[in-house]
Amino acid sequence: MENIKHWYSLAVRTMTEYVSTTPGLFPLPDWAKDDLSDLKGHQKGDLIGGDEGEEITAAYEEAREEVIAAQEDAGLDRVVEGQLRWDDMLAHPLAVHDAVDTQGIVRYYDNNNFYRDPVVQGELDFSGDVASELESASELTEGDALQAVLPGPYSLADLATDEHYGDEADFLAAIADFLAGEVEAFPAHETLFLLEPSLIENAPEDGVDERASEAIDTVASATDADVVVQPYWGALEEKVYAHLLDADIDAVGFDFVANQEENVYNLQEYGATDAVSLGLADGQNTLVEDPEAIRDRVDWVYDQIPVTEFETVYLTTNTETFYLPYGKFEEKLAVLAEAADLAEVKAA
Amino acid sequence: MTTKEQFRPEDHPNDSFLLTTVVGSYPKPKWLNRAKELYQDPDHEFDAEDWQEAKDDAARLITDEHERAGLDVVVDGEMRRTEMVEFFAHRIEGYEFNGPVKVWGHNYFDKPSVVSEVEYDENWLVDEYEFTAAASDRPVKVPITGPYTLANWSFNEAYEDDEELAYDLADLVNEEIEKLVDAGARYIQIDEPALATTPDDHAIVGECLERIVADIPEEVRIGLHVCYGDYSRIYPEILEFPVDEFDLELANGDYEQLDVFKDPEFTKDLALGVCDAHVAEVESVEQIEENIKKGLEVVPPEQLVVSPDCGVKLLPREVAYGKMANMVEAARNVEEDIDAGNIDVERGAPAPADD
Repeated sequence: MENIKHWYSLAVRTMTEYVSTTPGLFPLPDWAKDDLSDLKGHQKGDLIGGDEGEEITAAYEEAREEVIAAQEDAGLDRVVEGQLRWDDMLAHPLAVHDAVDTQGIVRYYDNNNFYRDPVVQGELDFSGDVASELESASELTEGDALQAVLPGPYSLADLATDEHYGDEADFLAAIADFLAGEVEAFPAHETLFLLEPSLIENAPEDGVDERASEAIDTVASATDADVVVQPYWGALEEKVYAHLLDADIDAVGFDFVANQEENVYNLQEYGATDAVSLGLADGQNTLVEDPEAIRDRVDWVYDQIPVTEFETVYLTTNTETFYLPYGKFEEKLAVLAEAADLAEVKAA
Repeated sequence: MTTKEQFRPEDHPNDSFLLTTVVGSYPKPKWLNRAKELYQDPDHEFDAEDWQEAKDDAARLITDEHERAGLDVVVDGEMRRTEMVEFFAHRIEGYEFNGPVKVWGHNYFDKPSVVSEVEYDENWLVDEYEFTAAASDRPVKVPITGPYTLANWSFNEAYEDDEELAYDLADLVNEEIEKLVDAGARYIQIDEPALATTPDDHAIVGECLERIVADIPEEVRIGLHVCYGDYSRIYPEILEFPVDEFDLELANGDYEQLDVFKDPEFTKDLALGVCDAHVAEVESVEQIEENIKKGLEVVPPEQLVVSPDCGVKLLPREVAYGKMANMVEAARNVEEDIDAGNIDVERGAPAPADD
């Protein structure tokens, strides 16, 4: 019996699946930047409202086709829709909601980027905006594994202003229910990435950390797909990480570009989900990594932690990639795909 | 004596002198944008020489417009500059461009990448300064994007961290200022909007400024412009910076942050934003007078300079002009009131501490 277990564990070890992917939110191809700024304009009121007309829709469709083809050409294992319409970045699902008024332009985390403050003024019922984007994407992906992308509930609540629910806990729960409802309407998808930078940038206090984990659990329970929760711009505080492991999710992401030490500490002290997502390529710098260097960083992470195998390792940029010029973004896609291939070869 | 008095016009009507100026950028005349399109059109015969002439005309026009508005210190409205990082990155060895990136909505800029050690190449602003100085009898201010912002708003492929890059860039800014001073410039403004994003880095900005002012003669006035941030996170630390003046954006927030600067005492000159650069409505002279008086709650008249909150390039040109003209009128009125003893210029003592 012991032997069987031993052999089994060896077999598992050689079966780690390396999955190259991205957290979505791509830059628009340059022609689309030009065309859409001509079609939409440059002011606050010109940003996407969810009711765009034919010409704008057509431009986005063409751009979507292009970024899906770019992911397929690069050989990524997961293909995202690209979130090219998300003018307000992670705040998008609220910014296009009928019960939300988009107000002043506010800074997007510590970046030189801005979004419209989504002020929630009514019940957050079903929208279907993201589901319809994914429907369009799934028609284009030709059997490649589709990956859905959403803001995690904690980050979305953090980016928004509540004028309806009145209570922080109720608001977070309402956002979670809203996102879960959106996910239920998604077409078939292999993976769901929930982006949670606020878990690091505006870490939840005692008590809130547990509720953040429950909110994530609510969203994750709405899909049968593998759910990856990707925090970034550093490392989670250890209590936040410990609570996050209680949620019914398949993988936690680690931003090894921004912080190695504390991410390794969390892995060493608290262990990990069976799958992990490693943010190893810099989503905010034009310096294009060597695929071998990314592969070596995977080995480095393995060397630091007691666990010797994961079922799945997602290889990704640490952040969204809309910060990059389009050409550099494409190069990053190719690097991730190649790095996953290299890691797979070495593991086998 | 502070560095401000040297800019007092000979025919200044009042004893008090509230220097009036602008932050820098100004709306470009529409024909300049059309000229640029022609220049960029390979099928059109509008060539580099024509383009140069168009920029010269625009610089002369806007400098003249500043004079007409009555400003004590003028700028050419940055007619030759594209964007505040791009313009300099094109002139510094070590930068390359890979295409536009998003700032918000469909507003993009060509965020450059630093791919090797930065080096001083062609001069940045000496030609611009010499042209403007020749076009005007008034003193000319030279705005320069600061090294911290140049570092922070670029992709850094070559340096260990942005701090090292910022220090190297600061040395280049120092070199440029030396050349500007040789050419006759006496009023330099360093623009550091990136400090608002990362206020914890004020010590890095301080060290950059030490490098910038190294061996620059004392009579040269150095200002620092910081906008759109939580000033309480950088004050009073910034008082240690080796500059003569802080140019701050306060009208936009309706002077909510004014109290930040009352305690401890503001020991530098205050270039107070008295017009909102993001509201396309000209404030009345009376309104601007009230705004100027806010500044007198922080510093005495000798330390006060008045300017708009920020560059006004996004406003319609007639609105920008209206704001300048009203601002100058308001400043002269307040000076008269001070001279007549109608305004209490004793700075309010800071509220006593609880202990």
